[in-house]
Amino acid sequence: MIDFGFHITPSGTLNLDDVDQKTVDTLSRADYGFRTCIACGSCTASCPAGVFSETSVRQAILSVLNGKDEKALRLLSSCMLCGKCLMVCPRGINTRHLILSLQKQFEG
Amino acid sequence: MIYEGKRKIWSDYQKEIPDDHYFYVRSCIRQSFFPASEAAFLNITRNILGRDVFETEHHTTCGGIAYHSDTIPQETVMTIVARQFALMHKHGYENYVCSCITSFGVYIETLETWRTFPELEAKIADNLRKTCNLEFAKPRFVVHASDLIYKLREEIAAKAKYKLVNAKTGEPLKVVEHIGCHYSKMFPSKGVGGAEYPYVLTGMIEAWGGEIVDYPERRHCCGFGFRQYFIKGNRGYSLSNTHKKFESMEPYEPDFIITNCPGCPYFLDRWQYVIAESEGKTYGKDGHGIPVLTYEEVAGLVLGFDPWDLGLQTHQVAVEPLLDKLGIPYDKEKKFLGAGGKDLGRPALPSCLKCM
Amino acid sequence: MAKNIIVIGGGPAGLEASARLDALGYTVFLVERDNHLGGHLALWDRLFPSGDPAEPVLRGLVSKTGSTKILLESEVQTLNRLGKSFRISLSSGVSVIADAVLLTTGFDLFDASKKEEYGYGIYDHVVTNADIESYFRTGKDPRIDNPERIGIVHCVGSRDEKAGCRNCSKVCCATAVKQACELKAKFPKAKVYCFYMDLRMFGRGYEDLYLKAQKEYGVRFIRGRVSEVSEKIDKTLQVKAEDTLSSTPLKVSLDLLVLMAGMRPSKSGSKVAKMIRLDTGEDGYLSVADGFTGMQATTIPGLFVAGAATGPKTLPETLAEARAASALIHDYLKG
Repeated sequence: MIDFGFHITPSGTLNLDDVDQKTVDTLSRADYGFRTCIACGSCTASCPAGVFSETSVRQAILSVLNGKDEKALRLLSSCMLCGKCLMVCPRGINTRHLILSLQKQFEG
Repeated sequence: MIYEGKRKIWSDYQKEIPDDHYFYVRSCIRQSFFPASEAAFLNITRNILGRDVFETEHHTTCGGIAYHSDTIPQETVMTIVARQFALMHKHGYENYVCSCITSFGVYIETLETWRTFPELEAKIADNLRKTCNLEFAKPRFVVHASDLIYKLREEIAAKAKYKLVNAKTGEPLKVVEHIGCHYSKMFPSKGVGGAEYPYVLTGMIEAWGGEIVDYPERRHCCGFGFRQYFIKGNRGYSLSNTHKKFESMEPYEPDFIITNCPGCPYFLDRWQYVIAESEGKTYGKDGHGIPVLTYEEVAGLVLGFDPWDLGLQTHQVAVEPLLDKLGIPYDKEKKFLGAGGKDLGRPALPSCLKCM
Repeated sequence: MAKNIIVIGGGPAGLEASARLDALGYTVFLVERDNHLGGHLALWDRLFPSGDPAEPVLRGLVSKTGSTKILLESEVQTLNRLGKSFRISLSSGVSVIADAVLLTTGFDLFDASKKEEYGYGIYDHVVTNADIESYFRTGKDPRIDNPERIGIVHCVGSRDEKAGCRNCSKVCCATAVKQACELKAKFPKAKVYCFYMDLRMFGRGYEDLYLKAQKEYGVRFIRGRVSEVSEKIDKTLQVKAEDTLSSTPLKVSLDLLVLMAGMRPSKSGSKVAKMIRLDTGEDGYLSVADGFTGMQATTIPGLFVAGAATGPKTLPETLAEARAASALIHDYLKG
């Protein structure tokens, strides 16, 4: 093989055909409320962790829906479980339950 | 796919293409990329179909490459364009036909700019007078050379020695058409068939007996992108675009690709070599690539021109499997002989892409 | 002698107004160019947000028209003023002189094939919202073949200056969410995606419909306009959009794509308006006397308007306008 000094760039397109629905389904069985997210951003805006680290329940929900579980976990890793997001969510999503369920699922 | 639906769109996007009397301007790069294509265009239109197509050695580049690489301002480009049009007028022509898609885009964009901003047109006319002492004039019709071949496609079919069918099975060949982005993406109404389902090359293939393949990434750019290719650090991006197209067309097993732009056939052809040599992937049968032809080369083959006179030996992807399919004879010994039988030498062969 | 009123357009607005004016004792001529009453309502299967069937609603409207003279298959040939009255001649040969005219000419559905990149009429499995309603009414559409992946495109011919449709078509969001639920109920194994720019669930009960779609039906809402559709070798569709919430370009393979064709000004309505020299706005809809207090009146005395002829409206809004117009006409003729 020849190295021409340039290469094919992997596509950055999110292919929904390849998205694994497992996490969405598991989380939905416990509480499908998170699917009612309307991406208003109240959670991110009021998150105490969000100003110091990349923390966002909104983005974590979207990441789960897009099959990016690791990203979702990373986005919640600095969460201090203060419950502010639960308080401000206009859809009444049980964010605390979601955060714990997601982490629990990946602990084993 | 519902063919009637496409026909409806095609009928919505028809443009007037004069039958005769053209002033012809060449492309900067085609003569080195596909050296015989423009000669074939003149031979077909003048000698075989008896049209009046005039060219002068005084015409220049349209400035498009520099323009699209952000190295010269639009006013300069428009003055160059005005000079080309002035030469046309000086020689008594009002129909302008250009070989290059980028030039076609530049001409249409310039005319539309003048139409929208008449004060700019006046300024360019002034520039032209001061710099070249030429009389400002605008063409009645600007067409791309593929438009003219499209217009004459039935006449070519009537004189055809070969059809685009598999000589052994009688099946139509499966052809991918690739339209240069600047043909109709900027001004859809200026292209035959519009921008989403262009008809200009499809019409030729249908008239000459082939079958068009419509694959998901058909509309995707070849990846040339001017500044993208010119800088080595960006070439991977250019390559990736071509790669995406080939991955998308692969399941259809096309017999060849027809193009109407200077850059596209070059990149679709040469990048197959780079993909093969760096990734080990080929897209044709038995380690071959998919031949990529200009519309003049396809017209020339159909009319029975010798493949080596059409310059097909300068392609990276070997055309012999396609010639065999079409039943077109060729002399292997003469592949690398130039004018007057001069030996042009033999190219080095790639290790992965089969080229013989 | 009872005064004559001509109502042009036999859709919901025309039917409701005819019923009211008939009940008030006027002689009403209801002119319809088609061979049936009901307009688009007659072609619809179920109504948002409740999902109630459309057919009984239309039947109810028709049943109340009383002694209204219904003139089907009658295209307006001429309409002009004759002193304080109006004179109309129809393609059927009938001519009527009336004391007031009500235009209930409704809307046209956007021709989805104009959005060439979506391939309506070209790809095998692309349909419109109207096609879905027809499919639910008849159970037949060769393009809908047990789809397992369904996409719904909002705003087709709506909020799109390139397509000549700047305005929001208003009802398509609710229609899209309703049809998403219906398709999911019909094909329970299917994944349903809605591609939206903004979700405009403005009416009573609409937000509940949206919640139901998310919770009960698991519809995935993706904020991003579909940019391009193509057909793959297996005849399924490849659809591209951006998930703008994650700033990621995405693609998905679908077995069915439903285009939410928007409301456009009625071509035949504009023709009639031109005859009587009633202006249309820049958006093509008929002009009203005042956008707040004179929505049913025009600048021409005796000429009134109601329903989607003056802009996209829901069915209840259309019916309310028809009743308002009837009251206004009654005032005008009494005075």
